[in-house]
Order: sequence, then structure tokens, then C-alpha cells
Amino acid sequence: MRRLISLSLLLIVALGISLCFSGAYFGAEGANRAGKLAQDRVNFGQRYNSRGLEENGAGNIVASVVVNYRGFDTLGEVTVLFIAAVGLAVVLSTRREKPARVRAEPASLVVFTGCRFLFPLILLLGSYIFIHGHLTPGGGFQGGAVVASGFLLVYLGCRGKGLRSAGFTVTESLSGLAFVVLALVGLAVGGSLLLNFLPKGSALTLFSGGVIPIIYVAIGLKVGSELGSIIANLSGEAP
Amino acid sequence: MIIFQTFVVLVMIVAAVAAARFGDLLNAVIACALVSLMASIIFYFLQAPDVAMAEASIGAGLTTAIFIFAINRTVRYERNEKTD
Amino acid sequence: MSLLSPSIHYVGCFSLVLIGLYVVLVKPNLIKVIIGINLMDTGVNLFLVTVGYIQGGTAPIFSEAARQPEGMVDPVPQALVLTAIVIGVSVLALALALTIRVYGHYGTLDLRKIKGLRW
Repeated sequence: MRRLISLSLLLIVALGISLCFSGAYFGAEGANRAGKLAQDRVNFGQRYNSRGLEENGAGNIVASVVVNYRGFDTLGEVTVLFIAAVGLAVVLSTRREKPARVRAEPASLVVFTGCRFLFPLILLLGSYIFIHGHLTPGGGFQGGAVVASGFLLVYLGCRGKGLRSAGFTVTESLSGLAFVVLALVGLAVGGSLLLNFLPKGSALTLFSGGVIPIIYVAIGLKVGSELGSIIANLSGEAP
Repeated sequence: MIIFQTFVVLVMIVAAVAAARFGDLLNAVIACALVSLMASIIFYFLQAPDVAMAEASIGAGLTTAIFIFAINRTVRYERNEKTD
Repeated sequence: MSLLSPSIHYVGCFSLVLIGLYVVLVKPNLIKVIIGINLMDTGVNLFLVTVGYIQGGTAPIFSEAARQPEGMVDPVPQALVLTAIVIGVSVLALALALTIRVYGHYGTLDLRKIKGLRW
């Protein structure tokens, strides 16, 4: 009972904070202030929105911000993901005190065949999402997550077909290397990291955006293989 | 549309309270996935389709799977809940 | 009526952050604490995207039909939140791996019974 009271008290506090925060939206003067605030607030984003298409040639401004304008942040983010995956593998990989796991029953023929049928389709969807990341919503992170969910389906449906973690390691090393090499080529060609040095192409077609689709494909492969290796390690399938 | 958004936000808050209060960790994780799903709908209404896709595939899909793997290797019930 | 739209989103994100904070502070179970951190993560992401929203804006994506940059919402918080979600799930997996190790070592997930984790 006390916990229920404290929870509802927390909800009331949340209501109060949000009313304070959005107070600018009430009343005529408040609406005016909110308009000015919005103008100031989206100044930077407005610049990206108005110039992004001609500067990078990518229709999706979010992709162009992630890969090009704030690409250094993304490099750091991928590093964090890599360190988390390595740390998870190290933490879970001690040989001793491994409990005797109950061997799961193999899946029925229908489930097995269905999973083997669906797995390439899921991989196709994921690669579609990250190849078209500069044109439509989606990109490397979302496509990588879809690819990793395909590996999850293989683990759940095809018991006995263990996920091989060597392939994950090779894929994520190569794609991370591709990301860093492309960033450094930009530094060598034009003097700034992650410079968009390739020709932009005609806007809103598949071959546009210069270096953005290539880096997004690399990010997609890296995220997919790292999330897949996280799943393989946590589920206890990896050697 | 504002009514639908309010409904989604209320469902999200109720699911969060449920995730906080369930003693069975499996139920709490499912409520957590519901929170992520509702958050992805709100992201879509806030004109952020990229974030909505990421939240739906990662927050509602992979996070649930990772939690269930961890619960599978530890305990399912949050014991000694009533004694304090 | 449309002026009410952002404030309901603020209600949602602050409620998520506070409920997550409640879970982290009160619950003794380690996995429950991680669930609370996950709720706070979602709430903060929602807050950032809500701050970048402008009334009646459109998604920051150019297409054949929409080639005008006016009225697009702010793309920077969306890009940052996109990376923050992926970081969130990887850190969550690392925390759960440590939790599995703690369970293997102590045989319990109750924070009050684990020596060395009590404060």
C-alpha cells in the first residue's frame, strides 16, 4: 500500500514537472514565446535541413547527420558497442562453474523448416533497410538489429545448429576497419575526418550520397554481427 | 489524433507501473517490451521514423530476448518481495 | 488543442524516468534494477526527441513529393537518440552478463544478501 502511494506521488510529480516544462505552450504570450523558442532551438537542425541535401546528396537528413556531420560521435558509439560485446564475451567465457545445462529437445520439422525458410528473408529485409538508409527511414542501426533478430530466430527455432562466433568476429572486424579507413581517407583527401569525398550523384536515387551508403552498410554489418554475438554469448551457445 | 496519442501515453505509463510492480520477472520484462512498443508509436507521431524503427526492433525485440536469456540463466521470481 | 500535444509527451517521458528511478532505488532484485534502468533510458530518449519536435513539423526526410526543408523537425536529437538506443541495449547486455556471474558466485540476486554490493 505504501508503495502504491509513493508510486502515485511520483506520477503526480511527473505531471507537475511536465506542466512546468511545457508551460510555454499555454496562452497567447506563451505561444509567442514558444514560437521564438522553437526558432532558436532548431537553428542548428534548420541548417542541416536546408543545406544537407546539396552538401551530402542524401535524402534522409538523419542519416547524413549520423554518418557525416556527427560521424565522429558514431565512431565513438560503435567503439562503445564493440567494448560492451568484448566485455560480455570475457565476463561469460570462464570455463569453470558451468552448470550442467538441460539439453533442449530439437524443434519439430515444421518449426525447423520454417526458420530455415524465414532466415534468408529476414537477412534480405535487414540489408534492404541498411542499403536504403540514405533514402528512406532506417539505416545501419535498424538494419543491424533486424539481422540480429534473424540470428535470434535461428537460435530459437533450429536447436542444435549452434551459432558460429568466428564469422561474427571476422565480419565485425572487417566492417569496423572499413569505417575507420573511409574516415581516414577523408582526412587524407580533404583534410577533415569523414569528409564526403565521393561524387554525390543525383539526389534521391540509390547511388547518391557519396560515402554515406558505404559507411551505413559497414555500420549495419558491424551492429548486426555484434548484436548477434551478444545473443550467442548470452544464450550459452558460443564455444 | 491527440486523443489517440494521450491513450498511447497512458498505456505506456500503466505498462511502466506494471513493470515496476510485477513480482514475476518474466511478466515485468513483457511489460517493459510494451513500454518500448508504445514509445516507438510516440516516436512515429513525433515525426522521427528512424528512431521509431530502432526502438521497435531493438527495444521491443532484442531487449526482451536478452532479458529472457538472463532470466533463464538466473531466477524467475523476485523473492522476498513481501517481507520488507 | 494541438497546443496540448507536446505536454502529454512530456508527461509520458517524466513519468517513465521517475518510475525507473523508483525501481532502481527501492527494489532489491538486480534484474529488477536493470529493468528500471531500461525504463529510464526509454524516458530520456523520449524526452530528447520531444524537445526536438516542432508543432506541425514533418519528418526530416526528402522525397520526390516533399523537397522543401521548411517545417522539418530537428534531426540532431533524432540522430543522437538513434545511437543512444543501440548503446543502451549493449550496456544492458553487459550488465545482465555481470548479473549472471553474480548469481553464479553468490547464488542469489537479492542486493541485501550480497556482501560487497551493499551500501
